[in-house]
Amino acid sequence: MNERLLGLADDELVIGWRDSEWTGIAPVLEEDVAFSSIAQNEIGHARAVYRLLTDDPDALAFDRPLEEYRCAPLAELRLLDWAHTIARRWLYEEADRIRIEALMRDADPAVAGLAAKIDREEAYHRMHAELWHARLRDEPRFREAVRELWPYALGVLPPEQRAELAARVELGEVPAVERGTHTDELAELWEEMTSVRRSAPAGARW
Amino acid sequence: MAAVEVPRDEQAFLDYVQAGGQVEATDRLPDEYRAKLVKFIEMHANSELMGVLPEREWILRAPTLQRKLALTAKVQDEVGHAQLIYRVVEDLGKPREQCLADLVSGRSKFHNVFHYPTRSWGDVGVIAWLVDAAAIISQKALLKCSYAPYARIMKKICWEESFHILHGRDVILAMVTGTPAQFELVQEALDRWWAPLMQFHGNPIPQEEDPMWHWRIKSQSNEAARQQFLEGYVPQIRELGLTVPDPKLRRRDDGVWEYTEPDWDELRHVVTGHGPMTDERLAFRSRFIEQERWVRDVVLAA
Amino acid sequence: MIWEVFRCERKGRPFEHAGSVVAPDADFAEAWAREQYGRRGESAALWLVPRDAIRDVESWADEFDLKYRRVDGYSIKARLKEARERASARTR
Repeated sequence: MNERLLGLADDELVIGWRDSEWTGIAPVLEEDVAFSSIAQNEIGHARAVYRLLTDDPDALAFDRPLEEYRCAPLAELRLLDWAHTIARRWLYEEADRIRIEALMRDADPAVAGLAAKIDREEAYHRMHAELWHARLRDEPRFREAVRELWPYALGVLPPEQRAELAARVELGEVPAVERGTHTDELAELWEEMTSVRRSAPAGARW
Repeated sequence: MAAVEVPRDEQAFLDYVQAGGQVEATDRLPDEYRAKLVKFIEMHANSELMGVLPEREWILRAPTLQRKLALTAKVQDEVGHAQLIYRVVEDLGKPREQCLADLVSGRSKFHNVFHYPTRSWGDVGVIAWLVDAAAIISQKALLKCSYAPYARIMKKICWEESFHILHGRDVILAMVTGTPAQFELVQEALDRWWAPLMQFHGNPIPQEEDPMWHWRIKSQSNEAARQQFLEGYVPQIRELGLTVPDPKLRRRDDGVWEYTEPDWDELRHVVTGHGPMTDERLAFRSRFIEQERWVRDVVLAA
Repeated sequence: MIWEVFRCERKGRPFEHAGSVVAPDADFAEAWAREQYGRRGESAALWLVPRDAIRDVESWADEFDLKYRRVDGYSIKARLKEARERASARTR
């Protein structure tokens, strides 16, 4: 159970971190503001899930060695172009919906309750992703990005949930890029993410 | 009671705004007023957009989840302000793409503070607390701007800036009550930011010579804004045990703050595009504007 | 397209003009206005209206002094004073 929740939290943390990179440089000012809210929501979800697992969410978010993070490679990729970023958003939301729906039926009421809260907020993320998907679906850059990221998207979910994802996005199942091996990009992200925190010894207050 | 009519004659228009009258986008505005207005408001919009860049780097390095969220929200607000202010410029007839092109080419300007580098988390606190404090003083004065659409958005902007100042002060307070090394980080950042802060409100201009005052675009002189900043914030800085790096800084008995004369040449030099980070930041902004132009073409076509 | 945004701060309060967003359609306008005017929970509701749909009305004829239609058209002080004086004179 911990692994599954940790995977969810780490996905949200890392994709939230990646999405926050667009704050200030998104293609349209109005979108910049909206997109930043999504990034903040994801970090908020990560924090809430960490709180189910620990009393110190910051320690869990920042202080683990790289190998102990359970995020999927899809979240780790540094995608500083809009076509890939939006393709990832859309694919991730579709995968995440399946995962969250399952968690909403969890036997543990704390988990089910949190999943329901996350789901209510994700509804807006899905609206946003669908808006962009509808606009860009015929744009070659977007289609190419979806094609490239599709194996990674499948890797967000356990094998038994992948057929459903494939049906929802109307793409054929392909071999997934699985969790378990981290990309170099996560190492770079982690370096930057933890640089200020690691710079100070015990007793530091932020 | 006749509906208030904005005078069409330029002298009558001037009398009207000088008596406190406000005008709207649909009113007939004298050419000089319109030109000065666009330049002033555009510089403000540019500043919000460029101010994002120094802080954005630190979003990715925030040392706790709470700080990450707060800093992201602050930068998000600045982008939101840019949107609000560019909309005002657009409604005055200048398209957003033109504004962005003029920004990256250097034809239009942005405030001095956003041309300087950031070096540590100490800067994050100092910027959010003191740079935003200096800005909010100007922005509160703009609530009375003769151009009503601009005055109206100031309300939302001032409301949101007040959160930034709280956040900034909280970041500073955490560090000055943390380790000695953290205290030093704050002091060091303050040492670097003090001169730009003192220059921020601009060199003192006699009101009769200030076109911004003439047209009642600004209702507060540069010096009045600076004095207000010193009066409000020097005591708050000093009570934390921090030193303001100006040996001449003192408050006279009559309440006026004396200080080392800021380097107005430096201000002019920086604002005309020669700041330490000007080129790099404009290039960064230009890169993303160009790279994602196709998105605007596809999405904004109604 | 320019979409004017009207926001209602709390149920029961009037909708007030808050600003505008540039968006290609109502769905984008909604996605963007939601965050620009509501991310802090500061709005109970929004109305989004294309600028072109708004009709501007800005001038009225007021040639004849029609004060009777307004509160400032009534000055009762002097008459009230006189009426009170007469009433107290009657009761003496």
